[in-house]
Amino acid sequence: MIREIDVKLLTEEISKLCIQATHFLSQDMVDAFQKAYEKERKPLAKEILSQLQENLSIAGEDMIPICQDTGMAVIFMEVGQDVHFVGGDLYEAINKGVAKGYTEGYLRKSVVEDPLLRVNTKDNTPAVIHYSVVPGDQVKITLAPKGFGSENMSKVYMLKPADGKEGVVNSILDAISAAGPNACPPLVIGAGLGGDFELAAKMAKHALTLPVEYHSPKEHIAEIEREVFEKANQLNIGPAGLGGDTTVLAVHIESFPTHIAGMPLAVNMCCHVNRHASVVI
Amino acid sequence: MRKEIQLPLTKEQAKTLKAGDMCFATGVLYTARDAAHKRMYDSLLNGEEIPISLEETALYYLGPTPAREGNVIGSAGPTTASRMDKYTPLLLGKGVSAVIGKGKRNEEVHRAIKEHGAVYFAAIGGAGALLSKCIKKAEVIAYDDLGTEAIRRLEVEQLPVVVIIDTMGNDYYEMVEKE
Ligand code: SF4
Repeated sequence: MIREIDVKLLTEEISKLCIQATHFLSQDMVDAFQKAYEKERKPLAKEILSQLQENLSIAGEDMIPICQDTGMAVIFMEVGQDVHFVGGDLYEAINKGVAKGYTEGYLRKSVVEDPLLRVNTKDNTPAVIHYSVVPGDQVKITLAPKGFGSENMSKVYMLKPADGKEGVVNSILDAISAAGPNACPPLVIGAGLGGDFELAAKMAKHALTLPVEYHSPKEHIAEIEREVFEKANQLNIGPAGLGGDTTVLAVHIESFPTHIAGMPLAVNMCCHVNRHASVVI
Repeated sequence: MRKEIQLPLTKEQAKTLKAGDMCFATGVLYTARDAAHKRMYDSLLNGEEIPISLEETALYYLGPTPAREGNVIGSAGPTTASRMDKYTPLLLGKGVSAVIGKGKRNEEVHRAIKEHGAVYFAAIGGAGALLSKCIKKAEVIAYDDLGTEAIRRLEVEQLPVVVIIDTMGNDYYEMVEKE
């Protein structure tokens, strides 16, 4: 059975997601802050972590965005194959939702129309949209407003098969060291391993939307996640880059089959303001 | 060390600050980020007037979110300072005594800070809601067309900032790395 969904519904839902994601972090992120606070040994780092926690409460209570960089809207659309969109142009409806959310929610408009000419589009559109078609008759929308302080510190490595597990661990750690204080640590690391050049990057971005406690179902990948987590927290970058035990809050790696000749690795940096919100229609 | 400081920061007071000092800043500063920097820089190179005096001025690398009714400003934390590196030495040469952002600076900025006796501070990145509470007055005074990137005059109280590069050129991020 084909299910019809009016695209106007998507506009409404997306506009709500923009406001929700920029003012509230998911509960697992809130818990991760508390856990890091309890474990942190350096007094200044502890103080900064508690200020970040206070920042989160103020954001939710007074409806002031957690961070002034309310990001570029990245949207993952998982569309059931039995869905038929009606009532207008899907792409337009999605972007209308972003424009509405960013305008009505007092969010910053941070998108320029052309990378070189740099004129602001004034409503934060267009969004970066990733579609996938899945079984069923539902649509799952995940919206992740992505700040560019951390985005700018992201990297793609075209590793060789011979680089092995060690190459993966070291490359991710190199990217974290290079990001240092610039990407607003403590960080959440999303990595994509395998596939090809662009799939690795897309997996890395998607990995940022996974729950903090989630680990790869592949044991050897989960082991890399744990190893990077441990080693990154010994780098002494710390909250705001001022030193401490808390450099990363979570490390997630998504993987996909790849070519006999390669091992692409993308590392998408996210700051502690790791925002994402989802809705199922 | 914890210190109370006044903005604009005099070059005299700048000298008393050391990399790693936690400061609470009160007074007047101006926001400017990428686009406002580029415009001021181009004007200065062309020998044109710019809309603010740079003599012992404090600049905050900030592009806030719009204020809700009843609020002075929206979320108001620092942006990454390295994108301003190209423009900073010239502005320090024209008298800017304090810049506030987050993240590392390049060699030229280190050199210019030392040469002109200025200070680079970091505010906590990603704490824009909290930091907005320290801002008591905000007014767009130039480059209105740049939207969030316009130059705003801010009056702040007890804005928490850490000295990253002091007038001697010591860099707190580098000191932490060596710890
Ligand atoms: S990197 Fe994140 S926390 Fe830092 S300014 Fe950008 S969005 Fe905000």
